[in-house]
Amino acid sequence: MSDRNDLKSGENPPKTITRRNFILGVIAGGAAVGAASYRFLAPRGRTYSTGERLITVNVNGKPRRVDVMKQETLAWTLRYKLGLTGTKLGCDRAECGACTVLIDNVPHYGCSVLTHTVRGRNVTTIEGLASADGRLHPVQQAVIDEQGFQCAFCMSGFLMATVGFLKTNPNPTRKELAHGISGNLCRCQDYNKILDAMMRGAEYMRDGIPAGKTLTAIAGNPAAGDDATAALARGA
Amino acid sequence: MAIIRDVMPAFDLLQPSSAADAQKLLQEHGSDAWIMAGGLDSFDWLKDRIKKPKVLVDLSGIDELKGIRVTGDGVEIGAMTTLTEVAEHPEIRKNYSVLSQAVSVVASPQIRNQGTLGGNVSQDVRCWYYRGGWPCYRAGGNICYADTPVGRNREHAIFGADRCVAVHPSDSVPALIALDAKFVVQTSKGEKTVDAENYYIGPDLDITRINMLQPGDLLTAIRIPSTWAGATFYFEKVRDRNVWDFPLMNVASAIVLSGGAISRIRLAVNAVSPRPMRLKNVEDAVVGKPADASTGEMAGKLAVQGAVPLQFNAYKIPLMRNLVKRAVCGVAGQQAYGALTGDLDTQEVAWNS
Repeated sequence: MSDRNDLKSGENPPKTITRRNFILGVIAGGAAVGAASYRFLAPRGRTYSTGERLITVNVNGKPRRVDVMKQETLAWTLRYKLGLTGTKLGCDRAECGACTVLIDNVPHYGCSVLTHTVRGRNVTTIEGLASADGRLHPVQQAVIDEQGFQCAFCMSGFLMATVGFLKTNPNPTRKELAHGISGNLCRCQDYNKILDAMMRGAEYMRDGIPAGKTLTAIAGNPAAGDDATAALARGA
Repeated sequence: MAIIRDVMPAFDLLQPSSAADAQKLLQEHGSDAWIMAGGLDSFDWLKDRIKKPKVLVDLSGIDELKGIRVTGDGVEIGAMTTLTEVAEHPEIRKNYSVLSQAVSVVASPQIRNQGTLGGNVSQDVRCWYYRGGWPCYRAGGNICYADTPVGRNREHAIFGADRCVAVHPSDSVPALIALDAKFVVQTSKGEKTVDAENYYIGPDLDITRINMLQPGDLLTAIRIPSTWAGATFYFEKVRDRNVWDFPLMNVASAIVLSGGAISRIRLAVNAVSPRPMRLKNVEDAVVGKPADASTGEMAGKLAVQGAVPLQFNAYKIPLMRNLVKRAVCGVAGQQAYGALTGDLDTQEVAWNS
């Protein structure tokens, strides 16, 4: 262990390795690695440590303990370690927006954030939008009501970008909203309908979701008719 | 080159919490270390396996490098301040609006939320041959793939090329040059303060480096003096798409008028040369002249003198002529295209004018 170099540099370096000194050395070395390898100076000549490490990330309001590689991106951790596959990976190069998540309420590309840089910060994904009792977030409800997406691969990214933008501007014009969520692409070119849905979402957030619409998460689109609604409600 | 979608190759991640620790780490690891600010330039290099640093020094945990301080003489912006914070800061919007305009048209909202001013001014060039890992001059090889009869060089340089014809892609730098900003760099020999335009190194001087940072050096802050506070500003960026794209060209000016004549001016253009260009000769030529169309015409013609187009970028000459003209005479009460209002429809394309 390279950390022994540090022990030798003390005032009275042990001339012979006794059992006691050896054990103390191991303990001190372990403590140095455990406490300091992230935020502290690495001793010269150390071997590079590149493995996984157990860290805590607050995801959707819950602290999650997860083993994370140093080079791992947040989108990767969310999808492949925590099973939160609602966050999509499109380009993986900060060029499409499909992986947008909120970090401390601000939209970021999950593909371009190292998970180790969000330790202790609050990450919100599409899975964290609905309330605990299953009621959809107003913007999610608006997407259903407006049938906002075609294939919807880009949807969770658009939703997170919109929710983040509405926190800074709850009453945007259509143009302001378009600018605010301009960091997201839709390959279906469905932008008009997406903007319709997101403007509706902004309205629901300000004025509340109209009565009678709140159960569509379970019952499906009312326009689909009673039979279909009942079938959906049964899980058929 | 195929897009690689696997995780990045392993590196060691060091996350210092003070600028002094960061500098120690950088000096210790020298050329093995890679500085990561927002990471948006870094990740392309790392994911594409073009650059393979052993150690990544992440600056995101260093609070002392973040934030904007209004000082007795202007403002000091920490290198790790995000572009969104710079764009929205009331003092910058009020007195140095050319900078808030410039940073608010960088890339996309998410990138501005994460990208930093220090990273934006220190980013590498965007030539796709270079970024694609081709062994060009800038990458240490002995050929330029862009400057050949069939090379794709529509976005490349019309000035200052020396073997490498890539352009500097930053939007914030011309605004910072117009504001006479100073960059504060910590080196092994102590703190250095350099003028914005002198932070950059052309390929004639060192083809593998884009700025003055040596291994171990750290850009910590950008100081904007109050000299140009509240001046008449102009900023315009021309690009193919309104989001994400790097500039085909951008221009920034700060002008102080007295009695309708230009009494002081600073003028800069980027994406025309490997180094951001301050147009000192144009500044000198227009001082004392009225800020009108004929002065603008003259400024535009003077600005493009000596331009050498490549196979596919001759359009940059009339584009630069028009942008410089606008930056000199189009400033009377005119805000550049809707950057602050988010109004994308009002953008005019300069080559039509």
